[in-house]
Amino acid sequence: MTVPLYALIARQSFRRYVAYRGAMLGGIVANTVFGIIKALIVTAIWRQRAVIGGYDLADVLTYTFVAQAMIGPMSVLTNNLDIPSRVRSGDIGTDLFRPVDFQAYWLAQDLGRAAFSVVGRSVPPFVAGALLFRVRVPLDPRVWAAFAVAVALGVLVSFALRYLAAMSAFWLLDEKGVTGFMNMLTMFFGGLTVPLVLFPGWLGDIATALPWASLILVPVNVFLGKLSGAALGGAYLFEAAWAVALLAAGRLVTIRARQRVVMQGG
Amino acid sequence: MLIEAENLSKTYTLHRKTGRLKRERTTVEAVRDLNLSVAEGELLGYIGPNGAGKSTSIKMFTGILSPSGGTLRVAGLEPIRDRKQLARRIGVVFGQRTTLWWDLPLRDSFALLHRMYAIPDTRFAHNLKRYVDLLDLEALLDTPVRQLSLGQRMRGDLTAALLHDPSVLYLDEPTIGLDVTSKAVVREFLAELNREQGTTIVLTTHDLDDIERLCRRVVVIDHGTVAYDGELAVLRSRVAADRTLVVDLAAPGPPLEVPGAVVTRVDGPRQWLAFPADANAAELVSAVAARYGLVDVSIREPDIEEVIRQLYSS
Repeated sequence: MTVPLYALIARQSFRRYVAYRGAMLGGIVANTVFGIIKALIVTAIWRQRAVIGGYDLADVLTYTFVAQAMIGPMSVLTNNLDIPSRVRSGDIGTDLFRPVDFQAYWLAQDLGRAAFSVVGRSVPPFVAGALLFRVRVPLDPRVWAAFAVAVALGVLVSFALRYLAAMSAFWLLDEKGVTGFMNMLTMFFGGLTVPLVLFPGWLGDIATALPWASLILVPVNVFLGKLSGAALGGAYLFEAAWAVALLAAGRLVTIRARQRVVMQGG
Repeated sequence: MLIEAENLSKTYTLHRKTGRLKRERTTVEAVRDLNLSVAEGELLGYIGPNGAGKSTSIKMFTGILSPSGGTLRVAGLEPIRDRKQLARRIGVVFGQRTTLWWDLPLRDSFALLHRMYAIPDTRFAHNLKRYVDLLDLEALLDTPVRQLSLGQRMRGDLTAALLHDPSVLYLDEPTIGLDVTSKAVVREFLAELNREQGTTIVLTTHDLDDIERLCRRVVVIDHGTVAYDGELAVLRSRVAADRTLVVDLAAPGPPLEVPGAVVTRVDGPRQWLAFPADANAAELVSAVAARYGLVDVSIREPDIEEVIRQLYSS
């Protein structure tokens, strides 16, 4: 059987991360430890009030550890795309003359990375949280399947956002300001620093309408079984719409970048 | 014609900060009015000093950069418009960087290219075997690229560039940093590829040995345009670089005084005399022998490096 090109690219990227799996250990430890600290904080807050933003304590503990598990796959803290360094070194020229779609090529690589991250980095923090705190774990396999779809769509949105930031390297000598700003937005509006349900009224409304809600909030709500039927379809549509819009923006940026490419280093 | 460029040009607009808010726009003509035709099966030396426009023009030939003016056709295609189609017809090797995937074993890199270039399975198997044999890569197929030596990596890169049977192969400094043996392997391979397969090769290099050993036709690019296009032998004769007579005298002494020659260097009893390429060397030698005690002589032909240097400075 022949593997389609982009699936093969994703698989090779997956393997590449397997080769460097040792580097993941630090991430696992950090995600777990910070998960425990955050769990202690939200426990203290929820002692004051039983339900905040529709979440009870078990819900928010679940949110906390699912969010920690999503840090890797959604690449919340780092840009994780090699585009800027390849622009700087001039290696991007190789990617540009290949008979492939540039954006799809990077998407496929990122999906391989995310898939490895789910396997290698997401499970330990969540299991630790489930053992130490009262976390809801769905027993219905259909919920798990629905959750997987929400995560996959979230990865698409995450990629599309990071791609836009990384492509700024074609215009800027140093893109770190842009990618750093994007990471900060992702941390904040993704609801990693503070759970989105704690955002006050208007800020909460804005945050839940922004693309970053696809990364953690939507998957968590699916995981908690809060979304089913039409609501689930609506949530998928929300994620998919952002993914399509942001990927389309990425395509435009790609075309512009091709027109103005100046390869560094001859 | 495989490559046809007519009045090809590329200008960049650079923005330079000149003050807090002020920016200055400057236009740089990296390539201007470049005319070039390369026929199928040629092995062309494409040389010139740094910043002359070699890389920029090659990036236009490969469809990475869009020209600012002029017309360009490669393999009957318009590089930018037909980029993906063109990509399947060309191979590119950079000596200074790899087109392979750093963390993947060679075998996996080749498998990716197999799909990327949609190479038919039998064709791929045949080509892979051929180049792996020719370049002696069998033992390295499972080694990640990052663990290969420079020479091994270059052999891998050559294979990667050729698996899809490109009509034209662009090589940018393919022997840079290689040891003598690896250089010889690469040169021999390229000569054979051109001879046996008829693959057109455009070779950019600063190693003029590469040019002398491989190319009959040389195109010299300077200031973004073609400064010379023709046979290497003609280039050598056109730029009348001096020949050098090296004489070993019986004893050290002051610089010799001989008509028709100028002493360029003195090192003990050995002296270097420059004389025009078309002057009679025998007469010069006998003139020296008649006046001074001569122990030994040798004559050095101007090397291509000297010829090119003269061409650039003129």
